[in-house]
Amino acid sequence: MKSKRRDNHRWRKFKSALVSFGAFAAGVLVITPLGLVFLYLLAHGASAINWDFFTQLPGPVGAPGGGMVNAIMGSLELVGIASLIGIPIGVLGGVYLAEYGTARGNLMLRFVADVLNGVPSITWGVVVYGLVVLRFKGFSAYAGGLALGLIMIPLILRTTEEVILLVPNGYREASLALGIARWKTIVHVVMKTASKGIITGILLALARIGGETAPLLFTAFGNRFWNHDLSQPIAALPLQIFTYAISPYDDWHRQAWAGALVLVTGIFCINVLVRFLTRERARPAV
Amino acid sequence: MDVATTMPAEAGSAREKMAPPSRFGDKAFEWLTLGMALVVILLVFLIGWQLARGSTLAIQKFGFHFLTTSTWDPVAEQFGALPFIYGTVVSSLIALLIAVPLSIATAVYLTELAPLWIRQPVVSLVEMLAAIPSVILGLWGIFVMIPWLRDYPFPALKKIFGWTPFFTGPIYGTSMLAGGIIIAIMILPIITSVSREILRSVPNLQREAAYALGATRWEVTRIAVLSYARKGLFGAMILGLGRALGETMAVTMVIGNTPQIAASLFKPGYTLASVIANEFTEATTDIYLQALFEIGLVLFGVTILVNLLAQLLLKTMKSSLTTRAVQ
Repeated sequence: MKSKRRDNHRWRKFKSALVSFGAFAAGVLVITPLGLVFLYLLAHGASAINWDFFTQLPGPVGAPGGGMVNAIMGSLELVGIASLIGIPIGVLGGVYLAEYGTARGNLMLRFVADVLNGVPSITWGVVVYGLVVLRFKGFSAYAGGLALGLIMIPLILRTTEEVILLVPNGYREASLALGIARWKTIVHVVMKTASKGIITGILLALARIGGETAPLLFTAFGNRFWNHDLSQPIAALPLQIFTYAISPYDDWHRQAWAGALVLVTGIFCINVLVRFLTRERARPAV
Repeated sequence: MDVATTMPAEAGSAREKMAPPSRFGDKAFEWLTLGMALVVILLVFLIGWQLARGSTLAIQKFGFHFLTTSTWDPVAEQFGALPFIYGTVVSSLIALLIAVPLSIATAVYLTELAPLWIRQPVVSLVEMLAAIPSVILGLWGIFVMIPWLRDYPFPALKKIFGWTPFFTGPIYGTSMLAGGIIIAIMILPIITSVSREILRSVPNLQREAAYALGATRWEVTRIAVLSYARKGLFGAMILGLGRALGETMAVTMVIGNTPQIAASLFKPGYTLASVIANEFTEATTDIYLQALFEIGLVLFGVTILVNLLAQLLLKTMKSSLTTRAVQ
């Protein structure tokens, strides 16, 4: 009887250990793709990156050489336009959710923002195509920037709200007790206290849209040359990677890897910066 | 805060000097922020309206048949979205089948079983996986994953399961199965991190009670944690499904882009998002463009519904947690 019980106990312990090992293996499997992608990016990308890559325009179709300087600059311009749209709307909307409004109304707004975050990015491309490209009869940097900016709004809104809610109420009360107007309290005390978190949210949103390709396919469209006019099609790094990846030329494949390495490096720099900013706590859960 | 009215009357002279605080700034700021918050709702309607407006002709011409016929012939101007719907559903299901067990097991490992020092680094790595852009995963898929799948796992699958209709026919590499696998990689991080949040929100009392009854670590997880968090985990899964349905670039690069309905997962397929990505700029006729807008509308409708369901599940899970904690 006693030994039977001990056997049973041993079996249960064994089962527990077995499941632990299985869960560990699952964790390893989840992380494996990350390692593999990195490995290949370094292996294929590093050899293709050279000075030309950062200084030259793309070469003629099929000819070796050339670079992606216009795509890198184009991506920066697009992200810049997107920021002008996404950051003010997202941050101020987040302030409203955290500081004003009724509980019920805010619950709904929050809900809509979360649902909006799940809208496929290609949908934004189609919508902006209908809104801007069809109306103004042409692909443009503005259209691409708008598509990316709209994607940023719900992202930034939610992170801003979360970090503002973390500001202790005592700060607000102290400021109001000094006779400072409510809006000045919010701008100079609450938002200032939460500024690190707000910036973190903005950076994460930038990292996210910097790699977006689908919404740019038929808004920014891509361009093999310099673009000095924002109402014209513009090149973007993710677009260029896509075009080169599905092309039949070996040299373009090499360039695609190089572009991918540059893009991922940029995105990870932002992520490292975020980690640095949030070494303490108070990081919005994204 | 109306300072002026609450000041004692004796301070009359001081009151004269101090201008009464203007409420204008407060009101303006509140309205401004409200306007920005309402943009979110506006955007939902904007998307719906724009997609519906862009596809009116196609909706009128094809009606309900659009969703049930499988001819996609731009030259003859015949458009049926069934192959794309089929491709989207099948590739997402494959992705869920792979990603859900792996991510939930990882989340369980990270909250319940792993040694403490291992948890934070792994969480960071999962977050980094989430940061890889879709197009880069697609690039890796084309040049690394597809050749590998074609040479090793696919022939093995064919050998073992070749008697079923799902693993028959020639192996090209680009296929429905490859598409499903790449989507699985894309949705692993989100399901993992949402599940982890859910498991972390399970009150510790639950675990302690089970431990006190002499349960082993796995029994505690199964009895006290998993059954408690069931609804939230289901929500995490549905959220993953929403992402899977809309995943575009990586899938487009590996699924083969052939509009067909085939039982074999080795055959190429096509998804709603990929057909928009590939054909939108090639749409030369109005009706072709309209059909693509309608596909966008279908995709938007489905993802909105799926996301609504996911958010509802996650929200009710959270609210039931707080009420129970109060009790």
